[in-house]
Amino acid sequence: MSDEVAVRAEGVSKVFGSPGNELRALDDVTVDIRRNEFFTLLGPSGCGKTTLLRLIAGFETPSAGAIMLDGKDITVDPPFKRPINTVFQSYALFPHLTVGQNVGFGLEMMGRSNSEIDDTVEKMLALVQMEAMRNRLPTQLSGGQQQRVALARALAPQPSVLLLDEPLSALDLKLRKQMQIELKRMQMETGITFIFVTHDQEEALTMSDRIGVMSAGNILQIGSPREIYNSPQNRFVASFIGESNFLEGTASGTGAKRRVALADGHSFEALVADESVSDGKVTVAVRPEFVQVVAADTADALPATVTNIVYFGTDMHCYMSLNSGTEVVARVSADADRGGALETGAKVGITFAPDGPRIVGD
Amino acid sequence: MTDTSTTNARQLSDLEVRAEKERVKRNWLLSMPAMILLLLGASGPLLIVLVYSFMTPGDYSGVIWTPTVKAWFQIFFTVDIFDDTVRLADAHLTIFGRSLRLSLLTTLLTLIFGLPTAYFIATRPGRQRTLWLFLITIPFWTNLLIRTFAILEVIRNEGLINNFLRWLGVIDEPIQILYTDTAVLIGMAYVYLPLMVLPLYAAIDRFDFRLVEAGYDLYANRWQVLRRVILPIVKPGIIAGSILVFVPSLGAYVTPRVLGGGKNMMIGNFIELQFGQGRNWPLGSSLSILLLLVVAVALLFYVRAANRGGSDE
Repeated sequence: MSDEVAVRAEGVSKVFGSPGNELRALDDVTVDIRRNEFFTLLGPSGCGKTTLLRLIAGFETPSAGAIMLDGKDITVDPPFKRPINTVFQSYALFPHLTVGQNVGFGLEMMGRSNSEIDDTVEKMLALVQMEAMRNRLPTQLSGGQQQRVALARALAPQPSVLLLDEPLSALDLKLRKQMQIELKRMQMETGITFIFVTHDQEEALTMSDRIGVMSAGNILQIGSPREIYNSPQNRFVASFIGESNFLEGTASGTGAKRRVALADGHSFEALVADESVSDGKVTVAVRPEFVQVVAADTADALPATVTNIVYFGTDMHCYMSLNSGTEVVARVSADADRGGALETGAKVGITFAPDGPRIVGD
Repeated sequence: MTDTSTTNARQLSDLEVRAEKERVKRNWLLSMPAMILLLLGASGPLLIVLVYSFMTPGDYSGVIWTPTVKAWFQIFFTVDIFDDTVRLADAHLTIFGRSLRLSLLTTLLTLIFGLPTAYFIATRPGRQRTLWLFLITIPFWTNLLIRTFAILEVIRNEGLINNFLRWLGVIDEPIQILYTDTAVLIGMAYVYLPLMVLPLYAAIDRFDFRLVEAGYDLYANRWQVLRRVILPIVKPGIIAGSILVFVPSLGAYVTPRVLGGGKNMMIGNFIELQFGQGRNWPLGSSLSILLLLVVAVALLFYVRAANRGGSDE
């Protein structure tokens, strides 16, 4: 991975529909995708991630803004003039061509010699472990096999960028896990920039170098999986990736740490990502694993009542309600409760791990 | 344990055999009305035509019950009335040639016009599609004769086209379109266009347009996407439409009669002639059977091509 920018979307907007009945799929999106990185666009359905992918592929033209590839403006270039290939969600294999002909299609259209096409097809089928299926038709393949062929077909012309539109969503869980690892391997082997679209946060976290979290036509946060998970910048990111508790309170102080007071007067410390945030009403996000359940009389603990306990084996989820009625979930190790003191109705105290609570934007 | 299960299995298979017999019987009964209709309405008359083709023509009409293959011989050859030399029947062959040529051209013409039309309709949003399909089928509801005379009104010397061209000053003398092969061609293409559009529409409607995007994505330009992706996949629709147009074109009667005048006969008119002024029923019968055979061969070709498209290895 380098710091060179491969694909740049600059202030891109896309509006669908007729005037008066408009749907703004993308709203002034700017993002840099670096060369050789595995970049994931993550978001719920309808957030605009597929639209952004289609703009980069050239299937749609943006209503405003520009798409750049290696510093060149390709906004209005048709897809067949862009060195970018796509793995479609539905695979879109040509039903009348064999596996080998499908994989060789791009090279054939580029006017490569037969011997070169033959060699590349062989190599690509080996890469996806489908050499034996070369003369089959797509209808004779399973979903997982079609997926591999679609991947080989998109990689064969050696594009500078590969776009993947939820390519694993039709596979069953076991196959999906396996393909996640393989996709990552292929990305590293080929050194091609991958732009991957998914709504599956786990998929995004395991494979990506960087993730762009999208919602309602905007990119809310871009960062490594760790950054996204550990320091979500706003409420949506905090709730969409992993689980989070949200507490409403009043912040005071300056710097990276603020004191947040709840309505009942109890308070705790929380990190703030953006130090320029003014004091006042804030939302604090805390991951369940950063919530500690302690004895009710512990100093500085928030008083709470256990409402439910769900046991998972190695750990358990302890649902509690604060005085204000706000629900808080703690993930505690099953070991920590060997005495079995945690039970529904018990009065307990809640403290947070250092750097656990984070003030997030809305 | 094993005994009971095998007895059970035997009883079950007995039951199944009885159920199967029952089903076969019911299916036969259900298809009976259609069978009777086919036998009386199609196979019966066809058999009569076949028998007539091997008889001797009567003096004024009908047949004399003397078996002969003369009618079949007459299709292709003529015997000189003076010196009994056998020659190819040029006049007949010209008619066959014209029929074949005009039918093929009609098929080609409807394909050229039908493909973009069907593509246009198939790519409209849902409700508009119904409207366009409705418009395409409207001519079906109008009598063939009326539609043919409408075309005549357009192409005749004082018709729409000629008047318009003269008004523009492009021509001084009207262009003779009526009573030529071109007129027959225009008429047939107009009449049979819906038969081409509908199967093409069905094929294009089933077509997954994401494949077009996949083609563009893999460096195919518009022409290559059409030739390498769209056409091979909608081929069954093209074949179906071509057969649907070619078969009735070959036997066309009204259109060549009205637009082609008396001279530019097609097989259909020639057959009619044998049963009318020609008073040669056996020749008309043998021509009908021959036409049927040509059509059957065309259909066979279609079935084989369609099968190949379905389960190609």
